[in-house]
Amino acid sequence: MSVRTLRIDGRDVASGEGTTVLEAARDAGVAIPTLCHLEGLSPVAACRLCLVEIEGSNKLQPACITPVSEGMVVHTATPRLREIRRTVIELLFTEGNHVCAVCVANGHCELQDRAVDVGMDHARLPYRFPDRPVDLSHQRFGLDHNRCILCSRCVRVCDEVEGAHVWDMAWRGEHCRIIAGLDQPWGAVDACTDCGKCVMVCPTGALFHKGDSVAEKHEDPSRLAALLQARRARQEAP
Amino acid sequence: MTRTILIDPVTRIEGHAKISIHLDASGAVSTAHFHVGEFRGFEAFCVGRPFSEMAAITARICGICPVSHLLAAAKTGDQLLAVSIPPAAERLRRLMNLAQIIQSHALSFFHLSSPDFLLGWDSDPAQRNVFGLIAADPELARGGIRLRQFGQAVIERLGGRKIHPAWAVPGGVRSSMQPDDRDWIRSRLSEAVATTQGALELFKRLLDGPLAAEAGDFGDFPSLFLALVGPDDRWEHYGGQLRLIDSTGAPVGRDLPSDGLSPEQLDNLLAEAVEPWTYLKFPYHKPLGPEAGSYRVGPLARLNVCERIGHERADRELLELRQRGGRVVTSSFHYHLARLIEILAALEAIEALLDDPALSDTHVRAHAGVNAREAVGVSEAPRGTLFHHYRVDSGGLIEAVNLIIATGQNNRAMNRTITQIARQHIQAGPAEAGPGDQLPEIAEGLLNRVEAGIRCFDPCLSCSTHAAGQMPLHVQLIGPEGEVLRERWRD
Ligand code: SF4
Ligand code: SF4
Ligand code: FES
Repeated sequence: MSVRTLRIDGRDVASGEGTTVLEAARDAGVAIPTLCHLEGLSPVAACRLCLVEIEGSNKLQPACITPVSEGMVVHTATPRLREIRRTVIELLFTEGNHVCAVCVANGHCELQDRAVDVGMDHARLPYRFPDRPVDLSHQRFGLDHNRCILCSRCVRVCDEVEGAHVWDMAWRGEHCRIIAGLDQPWGAVDACTDCGKCVMVCPTGALFHKGDSVAEKHEDPSRLAALLQARRARQEAP
Repeated sequence: MTRTILIDPVTRIEGHAKISIHLDASGAVSTAHFHVGEFRGFEAFCVGRPFSEMAAITARICGICPVSHLLAAAKTGDQLLAVSIPPAAERLRRLMNLAQIIQSHALSFFHLSSPDFLLGWDSDPAQRNVFGLIAADPELARGGIRLRQFGQAVIERLGGRKIHPAWAVPGGVRSSMQPDDRDWIRSRLSEAVATTQGALELFKRLLDGPLAAEAGDFGDFPSLFLALVGPDDRWEHYGGQLRLIDSTGAPVGRDLPSDGLSPEQLDNLLAEAVEPWTYLKFPYHKPLGPEAGSYRVGPLARLNVCERIGHERADRELLELRQRGGRVVTSSFHYHLARLIEILAALEAIEALLDDPALSDTHVRAHAGVNAREAVGVSEAPRGTLFHHYRVDSGGLIEAVNLIIATGQNNRAMNRTITQIARQHIQAGPAEAGPGDQLPEIAEGLLNRVEAGIRCFDPCLSCSTHAAGQMPLHVQLIGPEGEVLRERWRD
């Protein structure tokens, strides 16, 4: 594997070919906030939180899918990027209905954590208060569309890891939402194996264990990477 | 010509409200109204939400007694799951409710009401608050503050947070009790009992002396009383039977179970009247109608409904209360004494619970899906009986909610109480006083008495606690055309 040398926030970094800017930055100890990205799943660059500036290009690039290249000069924390990240988080909060005080994920929510990271103390945009349903048709799990940020982690984990492909994205724009099966109640979809991986990787309180009350969701999405590593190790064992 | 005196906002109660005193043509008091101008249409927030969130939602909306809503919501949830909760969970919920009763009653008695008793009705309003109390009787004030802290600390230790501990859940509670919490609670009990007994002795002396008149004319009228009652007719705050008595002590209708009270039973028992001048509804006993069926709830109702408390020291005090006011005590002023007796009862009940080995069991939660589509949960909040009634779909999403809160159930009694006090203390003024004419000056102490009539019931009206300091008092005298004849601010 050939090595690429680049600069991230003034630090010289050497990374292997095919590495993403996000991975290279993390290896170099530079933190870039992410939401849709999850180690173990294919990257989709859905949330745009990880945007970075690359010298020589006017376009901002999502660090999670941009491969490193030789001589690249990357900035991850310019005032412009900070403003954009805060706006991205504000958009997520204002376009759904996030009532943290009664949310299962309160205190263990990646959206909340990122809001803290980007210094969002209030929303400068008006709240939309959309009318969105909650699906409790599954025997064990619930889906609250009010808290879904359309990161598609659930879609990817179900398809790529569990192989069941229960979830998809449907509709466009403000009507965009995740659907189970062919837009059926989750509980009516036979393909679901009840494995709970989607609940585990969901960064918010959108997917949860039924019956859990406020602040009871303590899932750790990073367990997915460990799970996949263990699976690979077994497959590779002689 | 009729004139209206407005007291707005009522100070030293939890929340915002105002009182209007309506004078007839002769200048005498015709009636007094307690207005609640706040409408928190929370039913709308709840519809479409999972019922497992109801505890957190209702605790947030009615923030004065979050524990009470938490327990009523959890009990309604138990019924929707159709489970019996583990014995340890019931004991832990009881422990939390007892702590809530202690902290809430301590706030009402020591912080909000005792300045009137100890500093006098006509004392300087700037001093007539908890700070004035600290200056006048530091030991009592400190004891009261520590008593309230004790109740709050127990709640915090069990629930992990002082306010809104979303700890009671459908099927039980979230965590069992730690041995060091048990030891800590035990270590604080004797001081709490001593403070309560000291306050009781002091207050009874005042009742025999300077407060004797108030004990008579503060809302003394016959009414029904509604409360939970335990096995062997003992004092109850969490389960047992729901009992209604009249002012002779005779039961009205049959006892109803608090666990598994059916929506039909609740519907046959209570109806709610509305009045155009307040958002607070007036629940009443349906078979007897809005007037004869009006009833009181809360500390005095619980003590009237039970035969005995079941704990030695509190039972002695109950006996004395009955010597003072009869087997069924009808003077609303005795809500204060009842509160102190209940603090003592709660402390003794906690002592007994701590000796119960079942309290420490670690199995504290039963899990189940939705097994019933409609349920009612009942518990005793510090201020009185609290009903939660939910209907859910097959997955557990809320379709309809109704809450019957204690303050509403005492609404009729609060209005009767302030009318009685106003009639007693406001003398007829000049009959035809026009703008600019000489109107009777309304003494500060008199307004304070009318407010104090409301404070007997310790109403909770919004989500904020105004325990410290004094809120501004706005008094208006309004003429027949709605013009302000006289205005007075106190701040
Ligand atoms: S998912 Fe829940 S905790 Fe996270 S931001 Fe939304 S409401 Fe708050
Ligand atoms: S349900 Fe959760 S994991 Fe799925 S798209 Fe929404 S926020 Fe992402
Ligand atoms: S983390 Fe890169 S776009 Fe979401």
